[in-house]
Amino acid sequence: MSASALPAPLRQRGRAVSYEFLLASAIGVLVAGGIFLALRARTFQVVLGLTLFSYAVNLFLFASGRLVLGRPPIWDKTITEYADPLPQALVLTAIVITFGMTAFVVILALRGFLETGSDHVDGDIVPCDTHDGPTTDGKVTRL
Amino acid sequence: MSLAAHIPVLPIALPALAAPFALLALRRRRRTLALWLGFGSGLALLLTALALMARVSDGTILAYALGDWPAPFGIVLVVDRLAAMMLVLTASLALIALLHAVATRSDRKGWHFHPLFQFQLMGLNGAFLTGDLFNLFVFFEVLLIASYGLMLHGQGPARLKAGMQYVVVNLVGSSVFLIALGMLYALTGTLNMADMGLRVAAVPQADQGILRIAGLLLVSVFALKAAVAPLHLWLPRTYAVSTPAVAALFAIMTKVGVYAIIRVVPQVFGDGAGAAAWVPAPWLFPAALVSAVVGFAGVFAARSLSEQAAYAVIGSTGTLLIAVAGWTPESLGAALYYLAHSTLAGAALFLVADAAARRRGPFGDTASPGPAFAGRGIAAMLFMAAAIAATGLPPLSGFIGKLLILKSAAALPDWGWAWGVILGTTFIGVIGLARAGSAVFWKTVEGDVLAARARPADFAAPALALALLAGLSAGAGWASAYAGAAAAQVLDPARSAAVVLAEATP
Repeated sequence: MSASALPAPLRQRGRAVSYEFLLASAIGVLVAGGIFLALRARTFQVVLGLTLFSYAVNLFLFASGRLVLGRPPIWDKTITEYADPLPQALVLTAIVITFGMTAFVVILALRGFLETGSDHVDGDIVPCDTHDGPTTDGKVTRL
Repeated sequence: MSLAAHIPVLPIALPALAAPFALLALRRRRRTLALWLGFGSGLALLLTALALMARVSDGTILAYALGDWPAPFGIVLVVDRLAAMMLVLTASLALIALLHAVATRSDRKGWHFHPLFQFQLMGLNGAFLTGDLFNLFVFFEVLLIASYGLMLHGQGPARLKAGMQYVVVNLVGSSVFLIALGMLYALTGTLNMADMGLRVAAVPQADQGILRIAGLLLVSVFALKAAVAPLHLWLPRTYAVSTPAVAALFAIMTKVGVYAIIRVVPQVFGDGAGAAAWVPAPWLFPAALVSAVVGFAGVFAARSLSEQAAYAVIGSTGTLLIAVAGWTPESLGAALYYLAHSTLAGAALFLVADAAARRRGPFGDTASPGPAFAGRGIAAMLFMAAAIAATGLPPLSGFIGKLLILKSAAALPDWGWAWGVILGTTFIGVIGLARAGSAVFWKTVEGDVLAARARPADFAAPALALALLAGLSAGAGWASAYAGAAAAQVLDPARSAAVVLAEATP
């Protein structure tokens, strides 16, 4: 993609930050954050991690039809180039499913917390310290 | 177009219709109506599946274009021998599980058992029928969402804890599935499995790395669903705490993962895939060996009968994949015969464990001696038969299945590992099940004989499962010939691709 084809905000001092780079790095950051949070021990963080991860997946799916700017996805007489409509439909399906599943997992986590008195993913009773880091007795705790 | 042309869509449409009606019936507090809807749908599914099996048993491949959209653009349902076999298996298992749920009244622990059960069947049948990868993802989600509800059926802290892990693991799995699909679509420009199989060879050299990653990711997701080691850790706890009738139905859920591997690998990453041919194959064999060992070691070490049944499911999946990983028509045929057997045997173990647990009062199904209980003789006989089936001793079909696997594996280069692991794990499994069985049914501690609270109807479903296994043993000649023909059909994707892509209209 040439620099001149980009909208103004993306052209900085002659060097373009390409859309590809922006999208790829955004997906990477979301995946990294999502996996980090999904590996934590408390259900709320795990749910947040799953949400971030699914955002990354949705962006990734969207990009699988190649990045095309300013083109319609549906047929038009006057137009020769299109954006691929299929990934958009796929992303829509994926978003709906993920949304439903996130709602379900939130309710499940809440129900589990109310019934077992613990929000640990293994259901263990682990004392919850709201401060991440060293506490008054010198021990380092992590949520 | 005659009505008969629409039979391939019935296995999805029937439960999809039965589920909302069952829900409406339950909303009006009419349990009996919902129950008969469930049984009616199950029987209709069995008849449909048998009709499809009769139609495709001569080698015909039926392609059904949904909405009449031609194949690479619309979604197709494909019925071949393998799909028809899985449909018959699902319908039989569903009737057994439903019978047990109704006989033990465990369907009354919540209001939504019957609708969820039907949605589960819809997801399973859809996954077996679809010829489109994204549609496979959607049906995986349908069956998973229903399974979350069924797994939590009956509730209680133990189920909620295990349910949380089960849901989270599967959500991550689904996300990885989507990533793999995105890569494959970006590289090949299609999601139809048959079409993708034709286009994979044309992927440029520079993109081969991404193609390999996509293939491996896809197979890892299927392996996660199939609970192949090291991705099996979610299974034992989930299955052991589920309502036993549900756990029996879940015996086929791991087989969905195996089915997806058998379906996708030869079709998309088969001989026609050029540089990426058989990419996932080298990983499958070691993973299968480890699963078989882990599963039967778990059977040996488990503390309760239901936990044992859960590990037996992992072990049988491992044994099955050892044969699948050979990718020859003989070994795949043996694997398909063993697949049908191991699904029913796993279900029988869960159901017998439940029937015993209901009679032992506070001892439940823990593998430790309790006081004598009424109905011990029948329960012990059924457990012994189920254990014989699960480990693969004669005379039940597990023996024939393992014999076929060993025979076909002898022609493979790694036959030493396959033989060693299958025979060794069988031995460990026999000892583990014999030990648990003698502790539960043979030894007794001092104490009052527990009065029979449970009804003899509890034994109906496990006995039915075992009767089917006996039928599978008696009809082994026909069944293994069918499985062999199905395997040959799966390993010849070009023919099925020709049918799917040419037959735009059903």
